[in-house]
Amino acid sequence: MRSRVLINRIAFGLTALCALVTVSALFFLLGYIAVHGIGALNWDFFTKLPQPVGETGGGMANAIVGTAKLLLLASAIGIPIGFFGGVYLSEFGHGRLGFAVRYAADVLNGIPSIVMGIFAYVLIVLPMKGFSTLAGGFALGMMMIPIAVRSTEEFLKLVPDSVREAAYALGVHQWKTILFVVIPAAMRGLLTGVLLDLARVAGETAPLLFTALNNRVWSHGWTEPTSSLPVMIYTYAIAPYDDWHRQAWAAALVLMLLVLAVNGGVRLILPKRRIVL
Amino acid sequence: MPRSSCLNWGDRLFRWTCLGFSLLILGLVAGLAGELAWNSRLAFRAFGPSFLWTQTWDPVAEHFGALPFIYGTLVTSAIALVIAIPLGLGTAIFLAELAPPRLSETVGFLVELLAAVPSVIYGLVGVFVLVPAVRQTGLTPHGVGLLTAGIILAVMIVPFITTVSREVLLTVPRSQREAALAIGATHWETVWTAILPYARSGIAGSIFLALARALGETMAVTMVVGNRPEIHASVLEPGYTMAAVLANEFTEATGDLYLHSLIGIGLVLFGITILVNGLARLMLLKLGHSR
Amino acid sequence: MAEPRPFFAPPRPSVQVPPSGEQEVALATENLSAWFGSNQAVKGISIAIPKHQATAIIGPSGCGKSTFIRCLNRMHEVIPEARAEGKVWLEGMDIYREGMDPVQIRRRIGMVFQKPNPFPTMTVYDNVAAGLRLNGLRNRAELSAAVEEGLRLAALWDEVKEKLHSPGTSLSGGQQQRLCIARALAVKPELLLMDEPCSALDPIATAKIEELIYQLKQKYTVVLVTHNMQQAARVSDFTGFLLMGELVEFGPTGKIFTNPSDSRTEAYITGRFG
Repeated sequence: MRSRVLINRIAFGLTALCALVTVSALFFLLGYIAVHGIGALNWDFFTKLPQPVGETGGGMANAIVGTAKLLLLASAIGIPIGFFGGVYLSEFGHGRLGFAVRYAADVLNGIPSIVMGIFAYVLIVLPMKGFSTLAGGFALGMMMIPIAVRSTEEFLKLVPDSVREAAYALGVHQWKTILFVVIPAAMRGLLTGVLLDLARVAGETAPLLFTALNNRVWSHGWTEPTSSLPVMIYTYAIAPYDDWHRQAWAAALVLMLLVLAVNGGVRLILPKRRIVL
Repeated sequence: MPRSSCLNWGDRLFRWTCLGFSLLILGLVAGLAGELAWNSRLAFRAFGPSFLWTQTWDPVAEHFGALPFIYGTLVTSAIALVIAIPLGLGTAIFLAELAPPRLSETVGFLVELLAAVPSVIYGLVGVFVLVPAVRQTGLTPHGVGLLTAGIILAVMIVPFITTVSREVLLTVPRSQREAALAIGATHWETVWTAILPYARSGIAGSIFLALARALGETMAVTMVVGNRPEIHASVLEPGYTMAAVLANEFTEATGDLYLHSLIGIGLVLFGITILVNGLARLMLLKLGHSR
Repeated sequence: MAEPRPFFAPPRPSVQVPPSGEQEVALATENLSAWFGSNQAVKGISIAIPKHQATAIIGPSGCGKSTFIRCLNRMHEVIPEARAEGKVWLEGMDIYREGMDPVQIRRRIGMVFQKPNPFPTMTVYDNVAAGLRLNGLRNRAELSAAVEEGLRLAALWDEVKEKLHSPGTSLSGGQQQRLCIARALAVKPELLLMDEPCSALDPIATAKIEELIYQLKQKYTVVLVTHNMQQAARVSDFTGFLLMGELVEFGPTGKIFTNPSDSRTEAYITGRFG
């Protein structure tokens, strides 16, 4: 019996150790970024363009703007499609078509982001014969769709049927019921879904590598290649210049703060909501 | 109102709009698969199925074989699983069984945050912390390699295993727990003999989810794996994965065959991840999870 | 233009009619049946609901009374795989006629549900105004007047007039139910259907609603489903007893409870089952 109690203690001790290791990994990650990024963050980072290769100094202003543009375009594509898809699944899709759409959204969710980049490449870069913000935005938009679908469906389904029935019993048409009663009731959850979607996609690098490419100056309009924070982090990290490494940490810090702010904020508003998956 | 006696144009318009966007989603998936297949046809036409098990990757001689990348992907993912499964499951058991509810919620949230960290940031830390650390152990002069990539992947996929497994464990009915306790089992024995077996379908699902994620991971891997299309017996040697070669060589692909070969690799990756994800959903469905 | 059918001809065994020939009829069903998938919950009910009276529908749980009442305003078919057949006459028109828009019917027949269901994101004011607003009424003055009238009819005005703009869900359970009644009344329906409106409420709130029903029947016809026989006896003028989807007996409340014709009714009333 004593050995069983001992095993009990050891086993749970090990699980506690696992938890400790896991959480430590997170804190180590965050701490390291904070320490190395803080030093490199300055006003220049946010306002200056990158210097010519090899020279020190400069910033990532164009990358910040680029990320903003890409996210804007991605939202314009991904959110409407995902939202209406989610509405369909929640309010209408109880049959085989609903199953197919749900499965398709799941497939989209599981596709590696780099493959999404290939799709954007053959669809947009090849015909346009050039890299562009458009292609990058499209790739990111595609990635936003499945998350938006799932989030919308989940939160619309949380609105109890009694609310819908109350509206029907008043003689309100279905489309008005959905638009003016059900969706407002789910609004909080839907908004958190959008925010999390954006945070997830803001850090994506792979789909941008051969769609939006990169740029060391301002990019104008939507048909030029554009810089972005994640791609800059990647480019700078694997380069041999110390100054670039410094800036990569700064960019990583900015990105991390964004991700943390959104995830933490959402958690405060909706404690039960799961962030990923 | 499921009965489609929508005499009202408002209802009809709204329904068709939602339907339209849903069909668009189906179309996008079909289009994606189709484009991948179409734009890799030259490679499969030139090399046939042996594309998948040919070892040479020679852009100059225009001879392409995907084996090094498939090998690298499988090995790094396997290493990641070997590390992440005990770590993730152990954490999940701790959170579900031992930790008081508030601690469980807080730590659970922190673990989820790990999944929210962008891949490129993992790569950054990998390059500047893990690679030198591996080099310092003296086992290998490289630092980069399949093992390093596997370790980074492990940290990235642990949250998938932990979060899902924790939930699955929490939904095991009390009666199962009590049945074991009633025959005098210790807490751990209860977990081992009653709870884990009951939850095994969901836990397996979480592992498959994690695997699917590991297979497609690009940035963190390409920054620490060494990017050499070679196959070695030792995991300490540099290697290459499917996702990594796409990231590195796509923009440099000169010539149609090169491009088609790369996209062919993309197609293989696409197929594998769909398969693994599909299995994962199946297993999670059995437990009544709609995920 | 369909002419009123003779309600006194019994096509099926379970037809019941109000005894007095002068009693005006608000709504009459003719062989109304309802299914959930292949499961028949309501079997050929023909009944005439008297106008400006409160009619109670009683019966053991599972007898189909909720399903029956939901057929009266075509809410039953909202559930997937549910369907109804038969005729329901409202002002000389069969609401189940081919081409009839259920939405229009529901504007004329109001419903209050078992659990109060105010719209969660709306204020008290907005809740009562919801039916009107969603049907196009925009005029502020008219809306406010209608809201006040609805709340007065529901005996809620005095309690909420200071907090019209607080959330509907901030009211107590009983108040929320009266809010739902106000909301239903604001669109000025011809009938009010109430599906066990008090079962989620405490006795005091229940008493308030029963009193309300007593007053409402001056202006409205009320059909009340209840599993509480004492409530039916207190509040209604006519009572119908349903058993396993069939209408067993229908008549003035007094008679049903003191001298029922059917032995099954008597068994239920005296508590031998149900």
